[in-house]
Amino acid sequence: MLEAFNFRVILEYMPLYMQCFLATLWLSALSLVGAIVVGIIACSMRLSQSRVLSRIAGIYIESIRSTPLLVQLYFFYFGLPSMGIMLPEWVTGVFALTLNSGAYYAEIIRAGIQAIAYGQIEAGIASGLNYFQRMRYIILPQALGMTIRPMLGQAIVLVKDSSLLSLISIMELTRAGQLLTSDRFMPAEGFLTTAAFYLLIYYLLKTFSSWSEKRLIFREAQ
Amino acid sequence: MWSFYFHELVNSLPFFLKGLWMTVAVAGLGLIAATIIGFILGIMRAGRNKILRFLIGGWVDVIRGTPFLVQVFIIFFILPGVGIELEAFPAAVIALSNMGASFICEIVASGILAVPKGQREAATSSGLSGFQQMRYIIMPQAMRSILPPLVGQYVLIIKDSSVVSAIGVVDVTRVGWLTVQRIPEGLMVFGLVGILYFAICYPLINLSNYMERRMSVENTRL
Repeated sequence: MLEAFNFRVILEYMPLYMQCFLATLWLSALSLVGAIVVGIIACSMRLSQSRVLSRIAGIYIESIRSTPLLVQLYFFYFGLPSMGIMLPEWVTGVFALTLNSGAYYAEIIRAGIQAIAYGQIEAGIASGLNYFQRMRYIILPQALGMTIRPMLGQAIVLVKDSSLLSLISIMELTRAGQLLTSDRFMPAEGFLTTAAFYLLIYYLLKTFSSWSEKRLIFREAQ
Repeated sequence: MWSFYFHELVNSLPFFLKGLWMTVAVAGLGLIAATIIGFILGIMRAGRNKILRFLIGGWVDVIRGTPFLVQVFIIFFILPGVGIELEAFPAAVIALSNMGASFICEIVASGILAVPKGQREAATSSGLSGFQQMRYIIMPQAMRSILPPLVGQYVLIIKDSSVVSAIGVVDVTRVGWLTVQRIPEGLMVFGLVGILYFAICYPLINLSNYMERRMSVENTRL
């Protein structure tokens, strides 16, 4: 198989791959930022005293987690135009990715906050810290330490999930592989190169994840 | 117009149920195979053979680092080039079980490693063979930490099975995609598809949460 592997075609398509690689990066980065914002909002709604807000956030999180991303993507891709909302494909794609990962981030953040013993918060109140000081100096440093790994894990999932955007004809890494398959009928070259680019992102994020675990985790006082 | 489409959709309900059956078949076969392979590899990954551990770890990284859609394309388009001609259905089942096995392997390995070392030493000094240790001492204890994430992984496999619609497996997502060409009401069509997935996944997610509560160490009664 290796002697049939055509490296020249890969070189020829390299500019396309680089362009698609960058597209995957910024589509994922945009969705990641959006998802963390959505996650924080959904999580604070979920944990709020108001029953209604909490219920709404709960329905959002559960329905996202119980359905496949591809179905959500098609839901918006085919559904928004039928409601008369015309958006470019990439906006629909980023929107679906953001909503999808947002639900997972909400759960990750919630787990991080709830893992902090209530005594810590009480101690903060007893020391006379106000709400923001408690958040800033007691809750967030610990919650961040506990959630940094699952958050980066979800970022890896998000990058991989962005491959589904190729199915609504957005130009990104997987689409490049599909193009090479349909133009030249070279699926091996096309998809293995695509896979290599994804592995590159995966290893970068994974290395960052283990580095951050060593550096960023706020361990309990020794 | 809307009610006309609604009637059309109700009329094509048998088509959706057929698709649902296909989803259950693909995901069911995939997760059975993934469980068997995952357990075998997981036990080896937690074992003493360094070469095996390294090889399995590398394979897990490659599968985790690439999107499932790309894996599906590689199996479906590239294997024929090496002489393995596959229909869409077996290709989908192979891709799903390969992906699922890599995740289940990690779950099983970490479950086994979580069992205190003294247990194994006690078993060895009681004269149990390697197989007996695994069967009567290690596994029953490891299952407590394996089962909740295992059920969670099943949910992921069922959701990821929607991706195989991209190679033409007529599962429920594909049925939605075909239907939306005829009934241009994306919200309605994919709302229905989403509800069908929800009906399968939501109970499983709750089961996983329930098991996590039941089997957590704090709730253990001796």
